[in-house]
Amino acid sequence: MIDGGYQGTILRVNLTDRSVKEEALHEDWAKRYIGGRGYGTRIIVDEVDPKVDPLAPENKVVIGTGPLDGTTAPSSGRVMVITKGPLNNTIACSNAGGYFGPMLKRTGYDMIILEGKSSEPVYLWINKGKVEFRDAKHLWGKLVNDTDRLLREETHLEAETMEIGPAGEKMSMISNVMFNGHRASGRTGVGAVVGSKNLKGIVVRGNKGISVADHDGFLEAVRSTRAILAANPVASGGLPLYGTAVLVNIINSVGSLPVRNAQDAYFPEADKISGETLRTQNLVRNEGCSDCPIACGRVTVIKEGKYKGEHGGGPEYEPIWSLGAMCGVSDLNAITMANYLTDRYGLDGISAGSTVACAMELYEKGYMPAKDAPFPLKFGDPDALVETIRAMGEQKDEFGRLLAQGSYRLAEHYGHPELSMSVKKQEFPAYDPRGIKGIGLEYATSNRGACHVRGYTIAAEVLSPGLDRLAYEGKAAVTKFLQDLTAALDSLGMCLFTTFGMQAKDLAQLYSAATGFDCDEKEFLKIGERIWNMEKLFNLKAGLTGKDDTLPPRILSEPIVTGPSKGEVEDLGKMLGEYYSLRGWSADSVPTKERLQELGLQDLS
Amino acid sequence: MDACSFEKTNVFNPLDSRINVISFHEDLTFIPTVCTQCEIPYCAEVCPTSALVKNAETGLVDFLKEKCIGCKQCVVACPWGSIKINHLGKEIIKCDQCGGDPACVKVCKAEALTYVDVEDAVSSKQHGVAEAYRRIASEMEKGVNP
Repeated sequence: MIDGGYQGTILRVNLTDRSVKEEALHEDWAKRYIGGRGYGTRIIVDEVDPKVDPLAPENKVVIGTGPLDGTTAPSSGRVMVITKGPLNNTIACSNAGGYFGPMLKRTGYDMIILEGKSSEPVYLWINKGKVEFRDAKHLWGKLVNDTDRLLREETHLEAETMEIGPAGEKMSMISNVMFNGHRASGRTGVGAVVGSKNLKGIVVRGNKGISVADHDGFLEAVRSTRAILAANPVASGGLPLYGTAVLVNIINSVGSLPVRNAQDAYFPEADKISGETLRTQNLVRNEGCSDCPIACGRVTVIKEGKYKGEHGGGPEYEPIWSLGAMCGVSDLNAITMANYLTDRYGLDGISAGSTVACAMELYEKGYMPAKDAPFPLKFGDPDALVETIRAMGEQKDEFGRLLAQGSYRLAEHYGHPELSMSVKKQEFPAYDPRGIKGIGLEYATSNRGACHVRGYTIAAEVLSPGLDRLAYEGKAAVTKFLQDLTAALDSLGMCLFTTFGMQAKDLAQLYSAATGFDCDEKEFLKIGERIWNMEKLFNLKAGLTGKDDTLPPRILSEPIVTGPSKGEVEDLGKMLGEYYSLRGWSADSVPTKERLQELGLQDLS
Repeated sequence: MDACSFEKTNVFNPLDSRINVISFHEDLTFIPTVCTQCEIPYCAEVCPTSALVKNAETGLVDFLKEKCIGCKQCVVACPWGSIKINHLGKEIIKCDQCGGDPACVKVCKAEALTYVDVEDAVSSKQHGVAEAYRRIASEMEKGVNP
C-alpha cells in the first residue's frame, strides 16, 4: 500500500476491441522507476517487442504522470508519452506541460496504456471514472487548436485534452502528441504512433483528490523548493521575463547558434529574433502550466504584416532557432507564424525547422532539382519557410510528404545524408557542439537521438560559471550526472526548468514526502541511472549500436566560420570513451553485467 | 486551487477548492472567482438553519457546518457561484480567507491574487487614477489651470 503521490491504478485501453481494464500500480516498480518516464518505460520493456514496427498495432503507448503531478510541488504538471518511436526505432519518452497530467491523475489513473488499433477514428472521453470510445471521423483532418476546442465543446468545458493534428494522422515521422491545443510532446514522432492507432485524442475530467504521505513534510518541501526558485535568477528572472527565447542572444554571444543548416554558428541578426524582441513585438502575457511559479510560456499575437491578427502560444527558443537562424530567417513575425503552424499541424518544431534548413541547403547546392520544389527554397526567405511548413503539415504533394519524414530521410533521398543535422535520424536542437563541447556528447549518447533535454549540459557549460564550454575535461561526468538526474526528474512529473535552482536532494525530499518512500539524493540519482540503462537496453535490442553514438560529419570536421567560436570543430572521441567507462559500459556502448547487477537490471539484459 | 484544497482537506483536488479559476482557452485568459463576503449575503438569507451568517466582527460570511442540513438553497441563491459543493456533491464549501493568511495567495507568484485591506485597495485605485491625471497635467503645455 502506497501512502501518497500515486492514485494506484492504471487504465489499459484496447483500441482493437474497445475494451478497458483497470490494473493496480506495482508498488515495487513505483519504488524502482518512480512513475512517468521510468515506470512507463518499464511497461513498454515488459510488453513491447523492441523489434516491433513502431506503427504496427503491437506497439503500445503509455500516457503517464508522476507522483508529484497535481500537487503544489513547483512546476509539477508534466505528462509523459512513452512508446517506441518511429523516427529512429528508439525508446521514446516525450513530455509536455499544460494541465492534462494533473487532470488525468484526478480521473483516478496514474497512467493510460494504449494498445491495438481502432478500425475507425475515435477519441476517448474519460469522465469521472467512466471511459467512453467516441467517434472521431468528424475531427479527422482538423488542426490541433480546433480539435482542442471541439473536444471540450463536445465533452465538458472544464475538461483537459490530448490530441494529434494532421501530421500525426498522416504518420509524419516528426509529429507530436499535443495537449491543451498547443503544449507539445515532441521528438521521435510519437504523434505518428497515436495516429497509427486511429486515435484522435483523449479528453479527461476527474474528481478524485491526490493525497501525500507526509502532510507537514510535504508542505515544508514545497515551501523550501519554491523559495529556491524564487531566489534563482533564471527561474525567476530570465525565463518569466523573456521566455526560453532569452537564450537566443546568450547562445549567439558564445558563437554556438547553428545558422543556415549549421554552415555557421553565429547569427549577426540574432537580436531581431531574440526573447527581448519577442517581448516588445509580440508578447501578450506569460502563460504558466499547472502549479508553476516560473510561467515561462508566451501568449503572443502578430501585430503587423501578412499574418496580422494570428495568435497563439510560443514561440519557444528552440523553434525560434530552427525556423529562424537555422533557415537564415530573421523575420520574427514569419517565424512566429511558422511556429503556430507547427503547433496546429502537430509537427515537431525543432525537427520541422531543421528539415526546412536541410531542404534549403539541398536546393541551393543543386542536390534537390528545382522541379521538386514548389517554389525556390532560398535561405533567409520567410515566405519559403512558412509555405514549406504548411506543405509538410498538409502533405498534399510529394514535396510535403517527403519533408514530413524529417531531414534524414529527405537528405538520404537526394543522396546526401550528411546534410541532415541529426543523430540517430533525429535533428539536433539549438546549441552547436562545436562551440559547446559537452552538449555534443549529450546529443551522441541520448537514448532518443539528438536531444538537449535528456541532460542539459548548457546549464553547466554556459548559463552558470563552472565548466569551460570549449574544454573536453569533465564533460563526460557532467553529461552522465545530468542524464541520470533528468531521467528521475521526468519520472516525478516535474519540469526540467526547476533544476536551474533545485538539486537532486530537493527533488528527493519532495518525492519522499509525497510517497512515503525512503529516498535520498544518492538513491534518487541511482533510480535515474537505472532508468537510463533500461532505455539503453531497449535500444540495443531494437538494433541500435555504439556506431550510432555519433554526430553529423559537419560538426566533427567543418570548422565554424565566423563569430566567437570561429575555427572550432567537435572532437567527440575525447569524451565518449570516458563517458562509457563512467557508465560502466563496454567500449562499444553495451552496459556491463556488473553495472546492470548494481542497478538491479540483470533480468532485463 | 491545489493549494486551497490541500489547506482545507489535506488532499489536492481543485473541485474542493474554495477559489476557482475559469480558463478561456482561445485567448489563454484566466479569471479567478471567489466568495465576495457580501454585506447582504443572499446565501445567509435563504439558509433555513442559519448555517450561513454574516460575522459583524470579521466581515466574513461564516459557514457553520454542524447546522447545515444540505438543502443547497445557498448554492442556488449565490449570484457568483461562490457557494460550492465538494467533489462528492454533498457538503457545502466556501472561502473563509484562511483566517487572514490565504493559501492561494501564498502560492501565487504572479501576484494575480493579493490579500489586502479593502480601504487600502480603494486608496490604491485612487492613487492610480490621480497619478494618471498628474501625468496628463504635466504633459499639458499650459498646466492644469491655464
